[in-house]
Amino acid sequence: MKKYLSFFRIRFIHSLQYRSAALAGISTQFFWGMMNVLLFKAFYEGDPSAFPMGFAALSSYVWLQQAFLALFMTWFWESELFDAVTSGTVAYDLCRPVGVYAMWFTRSAATRCAKALLRCIPILLVASFIPAPYGLSLPASLPAFAWFILTMVFALGNVVALTMVIYMSAFFFVNPQGTRMVFVSAADLLGGSIVPLPFLPDGLRQICECLPFASAQNVPLRIYGGDLTGDALLQAVGLQVFWLFTLTVLGKWMERRGLAKVTLAGG
Amino acid sequence: MIEVEHLTKVYRVARRRAGFREALKALGKREYEEIRALNDISFSVPEGQIVGYIGPNGAGKSSTIKVLSGILTPDSGICRVNGYVPWKERKRYVREIGVVFGQRSQLWWDVPVIDSFELLRDIYAIEEASYRKTLDELTELLDLSELLRTPARQLSLGQRMRCEIAAALLHRPKLLFLDEPTIGLDAVSKLAVRHFIQEENRLHHTTVLLTTHDMQDIEALASRIILIGKGKVLMDGTFDDLRALDDTGELSLDELTARLYHRYGV
Repeated sequence: MKKYLSFFRIRFIHSLQYRSAALAGISTQFFWGMMNVLLFKAFYEGDPSAFPMGFAALSSYVWLQQAFLALFMTWFWESELFDAVTSGTVAYDLCRPVGVYAMWFTRSAATRCAKALLRCIPILLVASFIPAPYGLSLPASLPAFAWFILTMVFALGNVVALTMVIYMSAFFFVNPQGTRMVFVSAADLLGGSIVPLPFLPDGLRQICECLPFASAQNVPLRIYGGDLTGDALLQAVGLQVFWLFTLTVLGKWMERRGLAKVTLAGG
Repeated sequence: MIEVEHLTKVYRVARRRAGFREALKALGKREYEEIRALNDISFSVPEGQIVGYIGPNGAGKSSTIKVLSGILTPDSGICRVNGYVPWKERKRYVREIGVVFGQRSQLWWDVPVIDSFELLRDIYAIEEASYRKTLDELTELLDLSELLRTPARQLSLGQRMRCEIAAALLHRPKLLFLDEPTIGLDAVSKLAVRHFIQEENRLHHTTVLLTTHDMQDIEALASRIILIGKGKVLMDGTFDDLRALDDTGELSLDELTARLYHRYGV
């Protein structure tokens, strides 16, 4: 266990070095969040009854999404991992007494945590000073907050496990670009990062809610504002655990298959 | 102790002629050609020996190293290193070995070298006391004290290679596989690396398998030479056997090697 913690640590310090990237990220995400809130406000004023969430809950959703973007963004990839496979540097990972899957999983999770930690505090602070209903409100209740924390962890696990499947696909394809693009477009729409899932039309929404993409940010961000409660909440958490398990098993299986046939590019 | 018997590894390579038409044709049906990277390789290395594993580009040197380090699964053949089958018991086995691939880097690019070393300490679960001792020794022998706090990206190639070698030895492996450790290095760094390998072998009785194209490395280090070409062991002898090919007494090491390759038709 210690080796994975230590791996987490080095990846974490590694990411903490990029200060200007963090600053740029904070300002982009801050403006993006503001635009988003204003956009939804226009819809809301059009017809409040057609709005599937409370407006304050929506604003909180947007601000949390921007603050923790680094945890859940599905378009972010560690190019080093793809490069490791296509160029053969993975050879070094393979001569260590650790599993490649576990090592890369830890590594991705660490990068995301480090990036999020650098960016989230200023955004959360500013957003909580924006007057209601446009800013970040307090969580719906204390239990909701506890669920929020727990499901954040599961959500991060799910995002990493999903991306791990794509990383592992690099062992099977010469160029993983294609799988990556299909995945990114699907995940962005179906995971609630463009619009929250309740805004999707009936039918599509129910299907989306069962897909692994919905087990990421969709769950904690809706719990926080009180949009997801009761049985629906428990069901969502159950799905999160189910997908986390399934995706990890799939990724590990791909790792085994991939390593058995690995040929290693380059001299 | 390395024992290799009848090791064989075949790669499938997609081949086609040049041109657009050929590329289109290859979309439908691909022609594969089989390349025998390792073709019935057998040898054994006793503990504490330094072996130079030589041969022209594409002879199968790196493939052998990859099989021996548990990265590559051969198609057939037996391989036992210190009682382990490398690719079967990979995780337990790799504690016994240190590997340096001269053309790749194992250091974390943007953080100081010492951070990479501490990660390796935890990955191999090395005890703090013995880690300190090994690190001090390596720091002195490889002259690393100035380098440890520098990010890997700001090291010169020679400095980085010294750090790479140290990184491969932190867990005090009994075997060291070096795949072209002196590639691209200047004279001073080459001498430093050679001197270090000798010291390491003398002090810790580490078995070393070394591939290189630099025959001076071989002359300085290897008590034994294994020549391979086209996936086969062509010669297994000493440096004197190589010298004996020189009938004029004036050939340079590279000329000698070219003559050796020529003689075995590789």
